[in-house]
Amino acid sequence: MSLARLAWASLLNRRLTAGLAILAIAMSVALLLSVEKIRRDARTSFGNTISDVDLVVGARSGAIQLLLYSVFRIGDATNNVSWESYEEIIARPEVRWAVPLSLGDSHRGFRVLGTDASYFEHYRHGDGRALRFATADPSTQGPGVNPFADLFDAVLGSEVARTLGYSVGDPIVVSHGTGRVGLVNHDDQPFRVAGILMPTGTPVDRTVHVSLEGIEAMHVDWSRGAPVPGQTTSPETLRATELQPRAVTAFMLGLDSPRSVLRVQRSINDYTDEPLLAVLPGVALRELWNLVGVAERALLIVSSFVVVAALVNLVSVLLASLDARRREIAILRASGARPAQVFTLLALEAGLLGLGGIAGGLALHYAVVLVGGFWFERRFGLAVGVTWPEATDWAMLGTILVSATVVGCLPAWRAYRRSLADGMTVRV
Amino acid sequence: MPAVGPGPAATSAIDIVDLRFRWPGQTRDVLDIPALSIAAGSRVFVRGASGSGKTTLLSLIGAVLKPDAGRIRIDGTALESLSGGARDTFRADRIGFVFQMFNLLPFLGLVDNVLLPCRFSSTRRERAAADGGTLENEARRLLAALDLDVDALASRPVSHLSVGQQQRVAAARALIGRPSIVIADEPTSALDADARQHFLELLFGEVAAAGATLVFVSHDRALENGFDDVIDLMGLNTASTGGQGMRAEALR
Repeated sequence: MSLARLAWASLLNRRLTAGLAILAIAMSVALLLSVEKIRRDARTSFGNTISDVDLVVGARSGAIQLLLYSVFRIGDATNNVSWESYEEIIARPEVRWAVPLSLGDSHRGFRVLGTDASYFEHYRHGDGRALRFATADPSTQGPGVNPFADLFDAVLGSEVARTLGYSVGDPIVVSHGTGRVGLVNHDDQPFRVAGILMPTGTPVDRTVHVSLEGIEAMHVDWSRGAPVPGQTTSPETLRATELQPRAVTAFMLGLDSPRSVLRVQRSINDYTDEPLLAVLPGVALRELWNLVGVAERALLIVSSFVVVAALVNLVSVLLASLDARRREIAILRASGARPAQVFTLLALEAGLLGLGGIAGGLALHYAVVLVGGFWFERRFGLAVGVTWPEATDWAMLGTILVSATVVGCLPAWRAYRRSLADGMTVRV
Repeated sequence: MPAVGPGPAATSAIDIVDLRFRWPGQTRDVLDIPALSIAAGSRVFVRGASGSGKTTLLSLIGAVLKPDAGRIRIDGTALESLSGGARDTFRADRIGFVFQMFNLLPFLGLVDNVLLPCRFSSTRRERAAADGGTLENEARRLLAALDLDVDALASRPVSHLSVGQQQRVAAARALIGRPSIVIADEPTSALDADARQHFLELLFGEVAAAGATLVFVSHDRALENGFDDVIDLMGLNTASTGGQGMRAEALR
């Protein structure tokens, strides 16, 4: 039997206290791993939301704010971009494609986005994946076919359809404003579900898409943000009317070459007719991470303190057991164990507890990811999948193991000193 | 009476000259032994009241403590000249201990408890393996010789054994690999009279079989019969014994 087996046998003999110490470490390790995982998956999810877009343009505000409301559907725009400016900018020779975005309405808590067919053609997520329809009205399917064939056609993100139980052909009512309840319903202009998109793991899943003209149609009988009493226009009349969008909230641009990006960005930012802002999504995203990084670090620090607390607990458990183990140590000494071996035994024990805690923490972490992942995805639209720990995780776990062994040296040192001082006395 | 005299005799297992020891932080010596010699292969009874320095003497002979002054020779080796590590090796190789009670590690099985010294001493490991064919066989042989039914007892935790059985397991552990000296510190004080006599007979038999010297400490004079020599520590130790009970607090 080696010293490691002795340490193991001794630990088994004290399995309750040892188990609790391991549990404390396991829980802290699981917390740390889970916080790290959610942080990383959130970044990946955000990073996956927009791809292959050269510039995002909106009314002048902050780059992060523009990115948040236009791409992530978080918060609201302070101002719109006039239709004239939009048309002028997309007419530039460098612009290969443009996707208009018109926000400001909602449907039962989900954002309504006014856009056009180019959205389904050019919007990319993940590593360049296009949007795909899960189910659609036959008339809207196929490449080059406008999903908004009718003025009142709506295309739903997968989560909207799942949560609200919609299928193709169902009527939906859009309300003005972006709140979850109340507000003013545009119940005189019911839309119809024309298609449902495949899940993307992006805010698209939680968006109701309608045409820009549809947005205009909702607001035809409105004036200054409120319905005009007594005035209703029938859907038939609206379909016959040429509805001209007056503004967009923001738009995405695809340019002919990467070299054009900075030039176009500069000219949009210097646009004289109206204050506009063009941002590179990647740059804005990085700015966002700098901002979010503070909160992330705070979370990480808190988790680290939980680990430290677990290690302190480990020391206290080992120290408390020392008194009871004085006899054990005296027997070992009498049998020829050197003080250094007694020291090693105790340090090894702390290492074993640390190892057990880490193994338990990994198991707990994966249990949390497996069970909590579904809920998390439903609740926050954030895909948290089971993945192998990354290099930084292993480094963290290694640090915890080394720390457990190092803090275990404190009780080991006490045992060592005592084993020298006690001599052959075995106290009861 | 023991051969008390200066200088190591050729047949001495233990030779002590002008030994003095004081616990750190104490103002008085707990031990001051001008001379003590114990012949190799003898069975010596050391008698003394509690607090008379018995356990300290055993720790010094067992190379656990280092004397402040004087000489201790065990099998011709001067312990005071050994370094800490060398003393540990020396103890592991040459000395078997039996304590008063709670001798066994509760988390090890019967045989593993007996084999504990073989883990720390290659000399005793090799000798035990040679004696019994394998280590395990030797442990079982010793346990059987000490009247323990290994097959019946091995399945139970050692803490469930009776005190008498535990003490005999401890004796087997002290004897495995034939150390030259077996030190027993009041090993029978928790036993009843019959078990005490039984234990002594078995211990004597196996110590003789191993060719070891037995140093047996007790305050119970009824046990003196059967020993070759009796040493009265009170008479031998010229240090004042008024420090009774002080040692326990010495290092707290």
